[in-house]
Order: sequence, then C-alpha cells, then structure tokens
Amino acid sequence: MKRKKTERIVIIFKTTTAALQMEKAAKAEGIDGRLIPVPKEITAGCGLAWSAPAETEGALHDLIKRHGITPEGIQKLML
Amino acid sequence: MIYFDSAATSFLKPDCVAQAVFEAMHTIGSVGRGAHQATLSASRVVYGCREQAAELFGLSDPQRMAFTKNSTEALNIAIAGLVSPSDHVITTALEHNSVLRPLYRTGAELSILSADQNGCIDYGDFAKNLRLNTKAVICTHASNVTGNLLNIGYIGAFCRAHGLLFILDASQTAGVFNINMEQIGISVLCFTGHKSLLGPQGTGGLCVAQDVIIPSLLVGGSGVHTFSKEHPHDMPTALEAGTMNAHGIAGLSAALAFLKEKGVDSLCAHEQYLAGRFYNGVKDIMGVRIYGDFSTPNRAAIVALNLGDEDAGAVSDALYEDYGICTRAGGHCAPLMHEAFGTSRRGIVRFSFSPFNTEEEINIGIKAVRELAEE
Repeated sequence: MKRKKTERIVIIFKTTTAALQMEKAAKAEGIDGRLIPVPKEITAGCGLAWSAPAETEGALHDLIKRHGITPEGIQKLML
Repeated sequence: MIYFDSAATSFLKPDCVAQAVFEAMHTIGSVGRGAHQATLSASRVVYGCREQAAELFGLSDPQRMAFTKNSTEALNIAIAGLVSPSDHVITTALEHNSVLRPLYRTGAELSILSADQNGCIDYGDFAKNLRLNTKAVICTHASNVTGNLLNIGYIGAFCRAHGLLFILDASQTAGVFNINMEQIGISVLCFTGHKSLLGPQGTGGLCVAQDVIIPSLLVGGSGVHTFSKEHPHDMPTALEAGTMNAHGIAGLSAALAFLKEKGVDSLCAHEQYLAGRFYNGVKDIMGVRIYGDFSTPNRAAIVALNLGDEDAGAVSDALYEDYGICTRAGGHCAPLMHEAFGTSRRGIVRFSFSPFNTEEEINIGIKAVRELAEE
C-alpha cells in the first residue's frame, strides 16, 4: 500500500482491557486517537494499540498518569 | 405460571436484557480479535460490563475482573488455582457442590463447619479449626437451600487477622446484597449472572484482589501473543481463554445498569418483603415444617419447607400441576445442608422469590400450601 505516512504516538498494552481503558479515558477527555492493530514494528503488547497524532504526546502522558493506565510501551512510529 | 424458583435462575428479567442480547447479536464481533468496528464494539461492551461489575462488588481495578460462564467455573478457577493438596481449608455445611466438589478434588484437608437445626454455623468454630497450614476460608454468602446469610464481615476480619485467603461464592446474593470486597477483605468473589443479577445464563465471573495471583485453568486463544507457547499471565486475559460470550455479557451489562437504576437495596427490600409475607402466611399451617433461621429478616428471599411426611418432589409437582407454581424440590446440589436437616431422601421444597413477583402471587402460593397441607 502506498499511503502517506505521518509520525504517530503508539501506545501498547499487556491486555485488551487496558487498551479499552485507554480509549475510554482519551474519548472522555477529547484527546484525538484511535485503537489500531499492533504494527509489525512492535513485537510485544496485546492485539490493540492506541495510535495518536504526535502532538498529543504530552497530553497522553498526563492522561495515563491520572487514570492509572499501565502501558507496556510508548513509541513514535511513522504510520 | 407463577415463578418461585429464582434461586435456581431468574426467569423474570427486565426487557432491556433480552433487547441488549438481540442488539449485540446484530452489532458485535469477537472481543480482542482485531481492530475493526465489530470487534471493537464487542471489546467496548465487555469492558463496560467489567467496569460495572467491578463497581458493584467494590473492586477498584476492573482489570482484576474476569468473565466466566457461571459461578461454578469461577469457583473451579479460584479453588484449583489457589488450593494445593498440602493446604487446609475451612468451609461450611451450607455449601453448594460448586464449592464442595472442586475442594474435594484438590485433595486438601478440609474442616467443614457444621450447621445446627436452623442451618446456622457457630462462628467460634472458625478459630477452633485454624491450623498451621490453613490457606483459606471458602464459603457461600447465602445458603441456596434456606436463604440463611453467612456473616461475611466476620469471616473477612477473621481471614485478615490470620493471613488467610477468603474465597466467596456470591451466587445467591450478587445483585441483592451490597458486597464491597475490598472493604470486607474478600480475596476472590465468584458470581453468576443469571440469578439475582438478572442477566443471561452463560455469564458470570470472578473478581480477584490485587495481591492474589490465580494461574490459568484453561489456556488457548487469547487474541494476543500468538507465537508464545504460554497463555498470557496478565489479568483478565489469564483467566479468559477462548472466545468470550460477548452477546451474553451485553445482556448482563444491561441487567447491571437496570440494577443500578433501581437500586440493589430497594430490590432486596421488595424481595425480602415478599419472602416475609410468604413465610408468615405458611409458618403456622398444620404439617408445615420450615427450614432456616427466620429470627432475622436479613436473609435471601428463600422459604424452604416440607409438608408432613410427603416427598418434596410430590409436593413440588402438585404445586405446579394444580396451581401452576414453579418451585424446586430435591437436594439443590447442597448435600451437607440436607444431611444436617435429615432430608437427604425426601428433599425439601424451595420457594425463592424475585423483585418481579407480586403480592397476589404470594397469596396464591400461601393458599396452595394451605390446601395441599389439608389434603
């Protein structure tokens, strides 16, 4: 597929439940992003990852801290 | 038909439950299997229900709540995972086979606290039966035969004081009595969705305290870590191998929302009022023997009785054939309770009530018992 790639913040989780917790918290606070299948660049995590625009990184870190979400990893990827 | 068998399963359920299952069957896929709309919808429904159940039972982290198909499965997971042959466990004569049989299978030493003529245990027996290798107290919250409640506040404090696990079978009380597992000190709370929670059959679960690790009973598909030879160890995935009953859980979610809207206390009060009315209406009828402790109104909405020397099955059959009243006769999968009452052969007729029963139905039930007793 030849699609234009942009830099994204990708958060992975140990369980689908944690991924859903992330989605619920982000939606509640109006933070952009969505759940996607885990990209091939990441070998850990559950089947779902949170993909968000790079500029939301600060807001996401803050959100994770306040909601007690425990990500397995956070990284930047061109997706 | 008059349904007085809600301790077996709640036949009378709010319409929103069936509607939610119907809608789910048209809108959701499989939980945690991909990221398209259908599977995400399933994951959201199940996550939402996880939060509702955690809130209902006073569990602060919804990830510590795993779905099963019923209490039996939840109890098997907890007991097989936490009890070893070298352990000693304290349990009671009030237990259902869903507690007893998994316990017998572990090979652990058991102290089974006996019940008196009213089906009550002596709380002093907990301390008397404590041993160096006592690992846990595993018991029901309410007898499914008599409706007698066990004092889980006392048992929780006893377990805390002696560093024991407390595994609770909340089959008869989840959705009727407020249970805050973290305040009480419950290590694992096992529940079914189809009784007082008013959800569909095939739903249930276990809530696991933060410091308790239960190994997987079943392993297999998890939707994650496909190339690992081991099933994931993280909760709740560790205890949820295979495709989940997301359609049923959608119904359970609707039922939990219904319970929250109506209020557990209010539904409980209505059930207890109906059970109390029935008890008062039948207790003085000649030939009626009632089983259980009615010295307190704080009990599950069950009235268990026999008529004269009649076989319980014959009475239950007459209640249905002549009056259209559904009750449960027999041993109720609680052999030790019947041994305590001397009813192992004849059984007991159990009337169990729901918030959807009416006073008129109670009146018909009392009249039926009176007429059968006079025959």
